[in-house]
Parts: sequence; C-alpha cells; structure tokens
Amino acid sequence: MNILHFAIAAPLLFAFFTLWLGRLGRPATQIVSVTGFAIPAILALAAWLTYDPVVAGGYDFVSRHNTGLEAVGITLHLGLNGVALPLFVLAAVVGLAAGLYAAQSKAESLPRYMFCLLIMQGGLMGVFASIDVFFFYLFHELALIPTFVMVGVWGGRDRSYAAMKMTIYLTLGAMLSLAGLITLYVQSGAESFDLIALKEALAAQPLSETISYYAFGLLLFGFGILVSLWPLHTWAPLGYGAAPSSAAMLHAGVLKKFGLYGLIQIAVPLIPGGVGQWENWIIWLALGNIVIVGLVAMAQRDLKQMLGYSSVMHMGYAFLGIAAMSVLGAAGAVIMMVAHGLTVALLFMLATMIHHRTQTFEMDEMGGLAKKAPVLSAFFVCAIMASIGFPGPGLANFWGELTIFLATYELRNWLVFVVVGGVVISAIYGLRAISRIFFGVESEDFQEVQKEHTVKDMTWTERVPALILLVVLFLLGFFPKTITHPINDTLNAEPAYAAEVKASEGEG
Amino acid sequence: MPTELYNTLSQTAATNNWALIYPELILGCLALGLLVLEVILPKFSHGVIPRIAILGQLLLLGYILVFDRTGCTHGVAFGGMIELTQTAQVLRVFFLIASIFVCYLAMVSFENKTLARIEYFAITLVITGALSLMAMSNHFVMLFVALETATVGFYILVSYFRQNALSLEAGLKYLIMGALSSAILLFGIVLLYGAASNPALASSSQDSMNFDNLHAFLAANSTDRVALIGMILVIAGIAFKIGAFPFQVWVPDVYQGAPLSTTALLAVSSKAAGFAILITLVEVFAPLSAWLVPLLSGVACLTILFGNFAALTQRNLKRVIGLSGVSHAGFLLIGVIAAQAVPQATAWVLFYLFAYLLGSMAVFGSLVHLPKAADAELELDDLGDLAKKNGFLGFALTVGIGSLAGIPPLAGFIGKFLLFVAAFKAELYALLAVAIVGVVVSIYYYFGVIKGAFFEIWRFQDDEEATPSETAQPGDLLTWLGRLTIGFALVGSIVLGVFQGPVGAWLGGW
Repeated sequence: MNILHFAIAAPLLFAFFTLWLGRLGRPATQIVSVTGFAIPAILALAAWLTYDPVVAGGYDFVSRHNTGLEAVGITLHLGLNGVALPLFVLAAVVGLAAGLYAAQSKAESLPRYMFCLLIMQGGLMGVFASIDVFFFYLFHELALIPTFVMVGVWGGRDRSYAAMKMTIYLTLGAMLSLAGLITLYVQSGAESFDLIALKEALAAQPLSETISYYAFGLLLFGFGILVSLWPLHTWAPLGYGAAPSSAAMLHAGVLKKFGLYGLIQIAVPLIPGGVGQWENWIIWLALGNIVIVGLVAMAQRDLKQMLGYSSVMHMGYAFLGIAAMSVLGAAGAVIMMVAHGLTVALLFMLATMIHHRTQTFEMDEMGGLAKKAPVLSAFFVCAIMASIGFPGPGLANFWGELTIFLATYELRNWLVFVVVGGVVISAIYGLRAISRIFFGVESEDFQEVQKEHTVKDMTWTERVPALILLVVLFLLGFFPKTITHPINDTLNAEPAYAAEVKASEGEG
Repeated sequence: MPTELYNTLSQTAATNNWALIYPELILGCLALGLLVLEVILPKFSHGVIPRIAILGQLLLLGYILVFDRTGCTHGVAFGGMIELTQTAQVLRVFFLIASIFVCYLAMVSFENKTLARIEYFAITLVITGALSLMAMSNHFVMLFVALETATVGFYILVSYFRQNALSLEAGLKYLIMGALSSAILLFGIVLLYGAASNPALASSSQDSMNFDNLHAFLAANSTDRVALIGMILVIAGIAFKIGAFPFQVWVPDVYQGAPLSTTALLAVSSKAAGFAILITLVEVFAPLSAWLVPLLSGVACLTILFGNFAALTQRNLKRVIGLSGVSHAGFLLIGVIAAQAVPQATAWVLFYLFAYLLGSMAVFGSLVHLPKAADAELELDDLGDLAKKNGFLGFALTVGIGSLAGIPPLAGFIGKFLLFVAAFKAELYALLAVAIVGVVVSIYYYFGVIKGAFFEIWRFQDDEEATPSETAQPGDLLTWLGRLTIGFALVGSIVLGVFQGPVGAWLGGW
C-alpha cells in the first residue's frame, strides 16, 4: 500500500461513509464528504513534493497487484511519471475545490450528491495513477457514470436530454478508444495491457503502416470525442450547460483531459507513425475547434454556454501541441491541460455564484455586478484573464499556450497566425463577458431581481474553493518549473517525442 | 428373470454411471418431495415448501462448490450419452444459482395470488435438472430428451397465471414456436443421422447420433450436402432457444406475458442452456466451419442489431429486457465463434453468462417488488422514482442494468471486454464493429430504465391523489431473505467487475 492506493481508495470509501452517515444530518454529510476530498488532495501534494522518478522506468510510487485477470495481461499496475503527476495533482486540487463548493451548496439530498461526486473523484485519481491501460480505461468509466447521473438528477435546464446526449456521445468515444486499445493489445504481440510492456513490445517491433493507421485513427477519434474534438463536440456545451456546477467543474476541468492524456501518454508513444499519417486531420479539426467553435463562443449570450464553448475551443490548442510530435508541443499540451483544468473549474464555479446573485445565466440580463460583489468580480476577471492566456499576472495558461505556439511554428509556420488569432477571439468573448456582467449599467431584469434578493458578495465558504484554484494557478504561473521539470524528464525519455531533439543533436 | 434384473442392477452399480448425475437426481427427488409435502403438510404451513425448495438447492449448491468443484471432470456415462466436462460442471452450478433466484422471485410474485403454487417450484426444479443434463449431453437423443423435458416444463410455467389473458397468449405463442423449433431441430438431427450412418460413406457409424462419431464422420466428409443441411437445421433449432435472429420473434411477447419469475428463468437458464449446447455443437461441427462460421457470424450481427434497435422504442419493461436479452445472445455468439480460434474464449463466454445471470437477477429482483410486478403491463413510467421510495431496490436495479449495459466497473463490462478481446484475437473485425454499434445503441434504452428509476417524472395531478397508504409501495414485500438474495446479485455484480481472481481460475480458462 502506498500513497496512490490511499488516494484512490479514500474517496471511494468516503463515498459510502457519506451515504451511511448522511442520515445524521447536513453537518455530518459535509464533514465526511469533505474529508473524502481532502485526503487525496493532501496525498497528491505529498506525491508532488516527494516525486522521484529515478526509481523504476520513469515511474514513481509503483505497485502491482493481480486482480484475477493476469493471464489476460491485466494487472492493477499503479505509478506516476512526469506527465501523470501534474494531472494527478490537478485532479486532487480541482476535486477538493469542487467538493468544498458542493458541500456548501443547496443540492437536494446532499448525501447522494456527494456520493456521486466522491465516486467520480475516486475514478479520477485512478485514471492518472494507472500504468495499466485497462485500468486507465476502467477508472475513466467509473468517473464518467456518476457524471451522467448528476447531470440527469441534479442538472438544470434540459437535463434529461443533455444527460442522454452526453451518455451516448461519450459511450461512443469510450468504445472506439477501447477498440483502439484492444488493437494495440492484440497487434503488439505483448499480450499485456501494461503500458510499459506495450512500449517495449512496440519498440522492438513497430506496427505495420496499415495497422498503425487504423489503430491511431480509432484512438484519435475515440479520445477525440471524449475531448470534444470538432465536429464531435456538441455534447460538451449542452452537457456543461445542464450539469450542476461541481460536476461540470470535475468533468470539464479534469475528466475531459483523459482523452488528451491518453493521446500523449499512450497513442503517440506507442504509435509514433500514426501521428504523421493523421497529421492533417488533427490540424484541420483542431483549427475547427479554435476558429469555428471560438466564433460560436463569441455569439453566445448565455454565460454557461459561452464557458462550455470556450472550453471546447481551448482543446484545439492541445491537439495542435500533440500533432507537433515534439517535446515542446507535448509539454505545452500538458501544461495547457493543467492550467485549463484549473481555470475552467474556477469559471464554472464563479458562473454558478453569479447565477445565485442574478438568477440568470443570460449576460444581457446582468450588469453592474462589480459594485455589489467586488470580490466576485476580482476572481472572475482573474479567471477570464487566465483563460485568455494573458501573460500579465503570472498565470499558468500563458506558459502552456506559448510553448504550443512555438511547437506549432515548427509544425506549419502559417498555423501560428491562425492560432494567435484564436487568442484574439477568446479575448473578445472573455472581456465582453466581464463588461456585460460586472460593469456598465444594471439591466432592468437585474434590478427586478434585486427587489426580491439582496445581492451579497462572496461568502467565505465560496471564497475558499475559489482561492484554492486561483492560488495553484498563480503558483504554476510563477514557478512553472515545478511541473515542467518532471514533464520534460519523462518526455525526453520517450523516443517518440525526443526523436526530433536527437535528430537535431545529431546534425549539430 | 430376477437374476437378469439383478445382473443389470449390479452392472449399473459397478459402472456407477448414476453417480455422475447425482445433482440432477437430487433435483428430481426434491421436486417430487415438494409435491409429497404438499399432501402431507397442513394447508396453513404450505408457505414453508418454497423455502424448502430453496434450502435444498442451496445445500446442493454448497456441496458442489465445496467438494465437487472440479471433482468428476471428464466422465463419460451411459454409453456415451453424457459427457461431464468442466464446462458442464460450471453450467450446472450456473443453473442451480439461477434456479434459486427464480424460486425466490416466484415466492414473492405468488404472495397475493390464489394459485396453486407448489407445482411451480417442482417444475422449476425439473427444468433446472433437464437443462443441466442438456449441457452435459453428448448424444442427440440425450440432447433432444433433455431439451423437450425443459421445453414442456416451460409451456406450463409461461402460462402459469391462467386468469391472465396475456400470460395465456404468451403460453400459446411459446407452445407453437417451441413445437416448430423442436420439429426443425429434430429434422436436422434425422438428416445428420441419415447421412452419418450411410455405410457407403467413409467413417460412417452405427451410432451416428453420438457427437464423437458424428464429428469423425464430418471430418471425413466435410462436403456432404445432407449433413450440411442437417447442421443448418440443428443450429436453427438452437437459435430458437437462445433467441437469435431470425428466431427471436417469440421473445418480446413471451417475456412480457409470462410471470416475472418465468421470464427470468427463460432469459437466463434457457438461454445459457442453448449456449451450452451450441458450444458443444460448434466443436462437433468444426469440420464444416467454412459454412458454420459465416452462418453464425451473420446471425450474430443481425441478432445484435435487431435486439438493440427493437428495444429502443419499447416502453414496456419486460419487453425491453427481453429484447436486450436478444442482443446479449448476439454478443455471446461472438464469443462462441471466436472460441474456434481462441481456446480461452469458451471460459470468457461462461464468465459473460455469469455476469448476465447476476445482472439479470438484480434487475428482476428489484422489479418483482414493484406494486405492478405481476402485470404484463409494467411500463418504464411505473418505475417512478423507485430510487427515492426504496433506495436499496433503486440501487440494485441500477447496478443490474449497469452490468447488463456493460458499464465498468461491473461484471458485465469485464464480460463484454473479454468477448471483444476474443473477437479481436480471432480477427472478427466486422462483428466487433457491429458489437460496438450495439453497445452504444443499447446505452439509450438501458439509460431509459435508470432514468425512470432515478429522475423525477412529471405526473398528472390525478395520479397524485391516490394516497400512499392505499396503494402498494415498492418494497412492501421485501424481507431479509429478499435483501440477502438481491444483495447477493448486487454484490456479485460489483465484485466480479473488480476482482475476478478465484472465479476466473475456476471457470478454467485463464
């Protein structure tokens, strides 16, 4: 038993405790469930501080157990490498913030809600801690199922339709990626789902061109649906629009990164040839994400829809980073994933807080909120700046986007112009949202609302989760080294990414 | 004359063939014992008889699991009529577990009925014995006799609620379709017999209905047209049992009309028996695999597509479950086909069956506690907030449906996953693509069931007027026995999804 076991098991165990002790009343539910989120957060922090990859094949905290499928090549093989570590920490941090926020919310039958959220958290911790590809998939699904339930039961407008659409889209994505993973299992000849064993087998004997084409295609589109690759993204804005805020935080912030993580950690290193074969597809679809979805986000008048589209849009950058097939691109994508995860979680949380005050998500029906809630507006402005990739206040997103732009230049130099144009798009809708919600004159609808509700600023229970996310965001913005070092070490050891570096070294 | 009889008896005792089928003999005796008890016991204590049936089966199951898990593998008995393989032993346990569940379901659904009930349990026991003999059969005569014993039992059980028109209709449909399929099967058997005992052909034999002899004959004459037609007809007869396309037409109506416990028995045991015999026959017909594999592949594709797409539009719960069962038959067929190329696939099919058993029983177990369970008109809307009214049943239903849908980390997911791996290894890519489409489509209707149980449904004001005290609530009849039984299916579905260790080893494949 090591840190990872506890970090995965604690939320799952506490989920059942919450259900069981929930009958004692609201405070008991809150204490038990928040403990369930705090334990993995503390453990992840400990893992971050003590991470030492020299131990075993680039992985730390390694353990392996047989659950009965060893003969099929499946074992519970856990460990963290430099790419998994930042995401593991991300999952823990966002989980804690979402948990804290959910615990103080007015959700109906809170114990059941926290149960779903804790199960999701357990799955998330497992996804990034798995070396075995099978468990990687299994934990993802474990986290996904509660999302559907939460959207369907506790969701807002159109929840039934949104839950159904999400379920079908994401199941399709999951099935395609599962088919891709099984292809690797069978075709590699490794007879194992262990990522390390697969890597060794495929390094010794790479896949033939045809097989790598199909295997990578399956993984690309399977994972692509899960990450809302254009034009398969339509579930995302709808789902996030309907999802209760903590579920949207965990899904958009962390769970969605599963697909990108799978591409960086599994698809590209195992099938390096596939990236070249699908390069143009990735580039053009990613541009669809950035430009088309960006424009769609600009047209939104509903705050939550806008955030949903904006989160879809930013995935395009990560896809470009992956398509670049270089350490720079992949590292940029990982930083981007972490920074975007924190930002989008923060934004979804703030959006709900705004909704509590204005009783609407329609931005036209708000205005002048800064006067009534200055702290909230400060948080929101920071979050939007981060989301745009604004370099000023030392936010982590900037480093992610910058490295991706550099990698994109190496990929196709004309792409940079388009991609930088994307930043302008997100600046337009981001800044416009700030001005519509917080500044200017109060709209008539908002004045109506104020007659019935007194608008207060953020309470402390709301500030704590927001602060957690913002502090980590600043921390990574000022000291990106803390995550870039492990990412670098891992990716440089990966022949698929390091190929270019070695080639250029050879020339030198 | 007495000496002759004595000689026969002593011979029988010496060869000890009967010892091989002791569980089936005990089941038969238990069935008779129940009927005797009904006569002996005073009327007010008749409630204890179903409990005795369950207890007897539990003891038998316990004995097999503890002392005879792998004990008498590979025994051939009665002159090659029966061959007890590891697979058959596993299935024997499967049928017993299923039968215990069915007895429990029947106990609950007969609670407020004025019907003769003891016969139901006796017939269930006999069917269980017959099905497990069917799984062991190594000879067409044995196969046919066991199959007919079970089918005749089913004729009665399907139309058991004899005041209910839908139940009678279901019984009639099952009778006609069952008779037709038996006829087709029999015709196939006769053709195979005729072909294989033709002395003019190589490797013909006197006892050509024996599977080993038939296999030898087919290996020598793999192009024989008569045998080929015979094989197709036999497969068609079995396709009826498993509810595979195009012999699935009876499934929705019969599942809907039959009492819930019978539906469970049909869905689980009858289907598993069909697969047991199919696994055996696929080996026997291996020399004809040039025809057999495309035939089964086509059937599997159409079965998956039909089952899933037909279930999409259904609102009736039993029909949904019936049609989802059709699609499960399709998934299992993939495993059976793959087993020709991938030896472990047989064990994986068995695992899938166990996952299906536990998932189905969790679902049926929670449905039987709904106030309208006895009705054939159990609609999705009748689930109305089951989770809120009775958390345990809501949870059981969700886990059961989730397992059937193949959602990790439940047993059904591991089952599907293993079949996918088998299909990949056997290079059945087209089938795999169809299976993936099937899984995605199936999410829609499984999700509908979960939605019904969890998400609040908007109802007319009139419905609300009925006060809760007047109407029955879900779970009114839930006793500790019920919690234990449903809890077993529930926990089993979860545990088998996470930790397959000893079960996997016992199933024998990996």
